[in-house]
Amino acid sequence: MTKTYYTEDHEWLRVEGDIATVGITDYAQEQLGDLVFVELPEAGRKLAKGDVAVVVESVKAASDVYAPLDGEITDANAALSSDPALVNSAATGEGWLWKMKIANAGQLEGLMDEAGYKAHIG
Amino acid sequence: MTGDNTHNLPLADLHSAAGARFGAFAGWNMPLTYPAGVMKEHLHTREHVGLFDISHMKLFVVSGPGAADLLNRACPLDSKALELRQSKYTFFLTEAAGIIDDLIITRLGDERFMVVANAGNAATDEAHLRDLAKGFDATVEPLDRVFIAIQGPEAAEVLAKAGIVTDGLFFMQGLEPRANWFMSRSGYTGEDGFEIGLPEADARELLGKLLGDERVMWIGLAARDSLRLEAGLCLHGNDITPETDPAGAGLMWAIPKDLRTEGTFIGRAALAKILADGAVEKRVGLKPEGRQPVRSGTQLFDADGNPAGRVTSGGFGPSAGFPVAMGYVPASLSKAGTRVFADVRGTRVPVDVHSLPFTQHRYRKG
Repeated sequence: MTKTYYTEDHEWLRVEGDIATVGITDYAQEQLGDLVFVELPEAGRKLAKGDVAVVVESVKAASDVYAPLDGEITDANAALSSDPALVNSAATGEGWLWKMKIANAGQLEGLMDEAGYKAHIG
Repeated sequence: MTGDNTHNLPLADLHSAAGARFGAFAGWNMPLTYPAGVMKEHLHTREHVGLFDISHMKLFVVSGPGAADLLNRACPLDSKALELRQSKYTFFLTEAAGIIDDLIITRLGDERFMVVANAGNAATDEAHLRDLAKGFDATVEPLDRVFIAIQGPEAAEVLAKAGIVTDGLFFMQGLEPRANWFMSRSGYTGEDGFEIGLPEADARELLGKLLGDERVMWIGLAARDSLRLEAGLCLHGNDITPETDPAGAGLMWAIPKDLRTEGTFIGRAALAKILADGAVEKRVGLKPEGRQPVRSGTQLFDADGNPAGRVTSGGFGPSAGFPVAMGYVPASLSKAGTRVFADVRGTRVPVDVHSLPFTQHRYRKG
């Protein structure tokens, strides 16, 4: 069974077992505008919560996307190399950024559910 | 975030109604993008007509019997040689030939000139000009105007439909078509286009007509930046500053040759020395390999890892279809095709020196 969580930094996490798929929310992609490049992480990279995992670049600026949890990258969305705009058109679907093996499931408790996130962005 | 010292545009309500996302620039709360987004806004301007609110920029009228002499002192410009309606791109320079601001000056009459200055430098420019004016029989009058730019291949047709006649006006010409209006055929996109300064009430009426034309779209500051970068046009504060000079910036085309020896402008001696010695660094176009943009502030290195300049503007060129940038490299590395490397967050990105502009200018010249 999957469960979706949200962070204050406008990321979503879809958790299945000990694997989280991470992306940015529709609200975030709208704020960033048209993306032209996504700097993807390599599988095997270990991340601590708050580390920069991915850099997304719009026409105008580069923005960091942070690891929402401790863990290890297991996969990155290679489709974004040729089509970074997938993050704009399908932020919560095909525009996912990376998958990670969760090191500390307890950290999920600090995250928001959909209702909480909606309240967060007002 | 609108701070206490951030000015709102007189037409802020129109931008809000159009769904603009705002951000601070040069002390102004500016529309950065509209719901179409920077990519579509940029491409629309190159294909049809983009409408820009540039009221953050400042218009000054310089007039009086000494107006031409004042401008010849303030700028490397032969203002007496300007024909009526002729506009010239020029600068205010420091004694060391550093660029205080870049400007467009238009002759409106025998003793009357329009000076268009950048938002971020408007206060500095006005103080500088007023200070210099003490030595001349000339007055400096800042104007309170809404200033809009209408840019793109269909700009003249769109204006004609709105009742604004532009026939006979060519690139880098300007005039006062009616009381308190200033209109020039110029812009910051590389496209044909116009800039019109006018009172707010007139602006609202004109915009009502323009926005009713399906060829016209509001364009935010983000696309203004990507358009000018593709067109190889400098942003003061980034690509030219008081620490850079017209020789290194590759802007000597704006300075008449005889002025370099005989001019009365501030900075002439320093500029003559720079020209005699040869510029140490030159402003060039930069094309990063691959898709990753290389941003302003990024350091450049040569093949051996020695420092080789810096990026002063960088982003993605929606019309070019690849990342575009400009910056300064040592003169020895300034030839198109020379490869340098950018340090992007620890990764060495190959960058080739590229001719400017990245997209051809399509000005309507006489």
